[in-house]
Amino acid sequence: MSVVAHREVAAPGGLWSRLSLGQKQVIWAWGFLAVPLVFYVVIRFWPTFQAFYLSVTDWTITKPASFVGLENYKRLLADPLFWQVFRNTFMYLILGTPISLLISFVIAYYLDRVRFMHSFIRALYFLPFLTTAAAMAWVWRWFYQPVPIGVINDILSSFGIPQQPFLRSTTQALPAVLAPAVWAGLGFQIIIFLAGLRAIPVTYYEAARIDGLSEGAILRKITLPLLKPTLVFLVVFSSIGFLRIFDQVYNINTNDPGGPLNSTKPLVLMIYQTAFSSYEMGYAAAQTVVLFVILLVISLVQLRIMRDR
Amino acid sequence: MRFRHMLASVAIGVATLASTGVKAVEIEYWQYVFDTRVKAMTQLIAKFQEANPDIKVKQTTFPYADYQTKVAAAILAGQGPDVVQLFYGWTDTFIAGKMIRPLRAEAFPSADIERDFFPIVSAMKRGNDYYGLPTAVRSLALFYNKKIFKDAGLDPNNPPKTLDELVAAAEKTTKRDGSGNIVSAGMTLDMGGQDHQWWREVLIRQFGGTPYTDNDTKVTYNDESGLKALTFYTDLQKKHKVGQTGFMDEGQAAFRAGLAAMTIDGTFRLGSFGTIKAFEWGVVELPANAQGLRSNYASYFANAITSKAEGEKLAAAEKFLKYVSSPEAMKVWMEVVGELPARRAAALTPENAAHPIYGPFLKGLEYAHTTLFKDELAQRQVAIDMVNRVIIGGEEPKASLAKAAEAEQAILDRAKR
Repeated sequence: MSVVAHREVAAPGGLWSRLSLGQKQVIWAWGFLAVPLVFYVVIRFWPTFQAFYLSVTDWTITKPASFVGLENYKRLLADPLFWQVFRNTFMYLILGTPISLLISFVIAYYLDRVRFMHSFIRALYFLPFLTTAAAMAWVWRWFYQPVPIGVINDILSSFGIPQQPFLRSTTQALPAVLAPAVWAGLGFQIIIFLAGLRAIPVTYYEAARIDGLSEGAILRKITLPLLKPTLVFLVVFSSIGFLRIFDQVYNINTNDPGGPLNSTKPLVLMIYQTAFSSYEMGYAAAQTVVLFVILLVISLVQLRIMRDR
Repeated sequence: MRFRHMLASVAIGVATLASTGVKAVEIEYWQYVFDTRVKAMTQLIAKFQEANPDIKVKQTTFPYADYQTKVAAAILAGQGPDVVQLFYGWTDTFIAGKMIRPLRAEAFPSADIERDFFPIVSAMKRGNDYYGLPTAVRSLALFYNKKIFKDAGLDPNNPPKTLDELVAAAEKTTKRDGSGNIVSAGMTLDMGGQDHQWWREVLIRQFGGTPYTDNDTKVTYNDESGLKALTFYTDLQKKHKVGQTGFMDEGQAAFRAGLAAMTIDGTFRLGSFGTIKAFEWGVVELPANAQGLRSNYASYFANAITSKAEGEKLAAAEKFLKYVSSPEAMKVWMEVVGELPARRAAALTPENAAHPIYGPFLKGLEYAHTTLFKDELAQRQVAIDMVNRVIIGGEEPKASLAKAAEAEQAILDRAKR
């Protein structure tokens, strides 16, 4: 009887003490994990879901949102600007990723063999990566100006070559915007490539040289295959970077962002303008969802390729 | 003993309250950061508080880039200003969002407003109600570089008065290098600057058309006059070769650097051009057409009372709005910011009219038009693209104009929903 009474008294506060040590550890662990988890849910996932919801409404900041179904998506697919922007975005990707990887690999490959002032040269290549994209875009904007102030055109015309329109041309503008973006990313890619090259055991090279393999064969048979994880990482990383390109484009032509005639406008800039200058939040959310899907598909495909390795 | 202490402290408290005006109604005023505007408003608030010790005005400012978003978000959340500064072109958005309230006719009679202010203030009127009043207005004029004029053999005191004279002067003042590249422009071409306003409200009218009808909700420039206006503009580069879009990046930069003889810009540029040391410049009314017809584009930031202001705050807000749109405030604003007074009487003093710089801008106000933008940036983009299609893309002006009219009409229609 007294035992029962004792247990009844202890019961209310005893839920915790009745748990085993293992259970307690689990609860503690979840207790701590909950903090970043809640943070992520509130800061990341909740807005993401809200963006999905917004994409089926006609919210404009000032007007309350009302459900419009797939209206925004229909409008998007019928919008010639969207398809132009879509093409541009992929042009940044298709041009930017291979070119930047090729250049950075070549630089890293030869820099790896340079002993003289190695760290200094490496630092020089890395420097643009530390620079603000906005500041860089402004400097390049002036490089591309027509004479008398554009450095590039001044050089061209001093050699008697006709000056080029660069940013004022629908065909030259996109490569012209891409150049500083590639240049800025080089430093990072070179460092990663260098680390990848250093990680390849020297013994492989020694064995190959003893066997009399040519430098070209060493590159093809040893260096490149062993560099594949690095390469895949850089491909994924720079692809996402080029798909999300924004600050370079916006700042290199602030008076006509994404111009001329939308020839340099990427998807992110279109989203920005729809949301924060036209205030069509619902339509902008629909564009964001499309960008999300594109990024998701590309990342999944690339992860798949990585697994096939 | 204790009770008496308490009584004494309460009495002291009441006395302090009364003397320092802690009981005063506090209202909040919001505007964007621009050095001289903030300075002018600080002066106005000080003067207003001196005259109205029972009202305290708190000024909040933040960067222009986020201005509209922040104001909208704050007011809708029940926070934010009681009196707010807004660009006239945002009025529809602010009304649609129930962010600003109509001015009470008892406090601000329409007849008085229409009698005292420049007619462009009607852009703040919806139905019978005014939704805000400006302190200052801005208009456009032609800036010209006297040094380049003199070097080219033109009379620096006789700037172009008509469009033909403008083209002639531009041809004389353009300098090119051996390969024909422009090294100093006769006239700046910058649709992203003020040229789109010049094209829309000035050139189209001067070539016999009207840009819009039905309170600027219907595009009407896709006709002979619009075509002539566009061709006139693009011919400056294509035919006369007196300017080049993108030259020196921006028109105002080219003029500032002394590499453009003429540019069209607004009163808001006076501060920046005022610091030019390298050459002397002048201002003249926008050129007339051959028949002498002139037009101009005027714009302004208005002050409005938000839907948040109620009761005694509303009364205080009305008092404050009255003060900041008074002739006295306009005088301060003109001295500090350099913008023109919105009231006729305050603006058109003999002294101002004869002023070599303010004079041409003020004359422009008399016949100025104000576009009721639905989405100014998007509508500007339409004009930029229209000109780019002709100049960069080599498209026929007629086709480009038709595309522009269609694109702009779509923007206007979407805003109506």
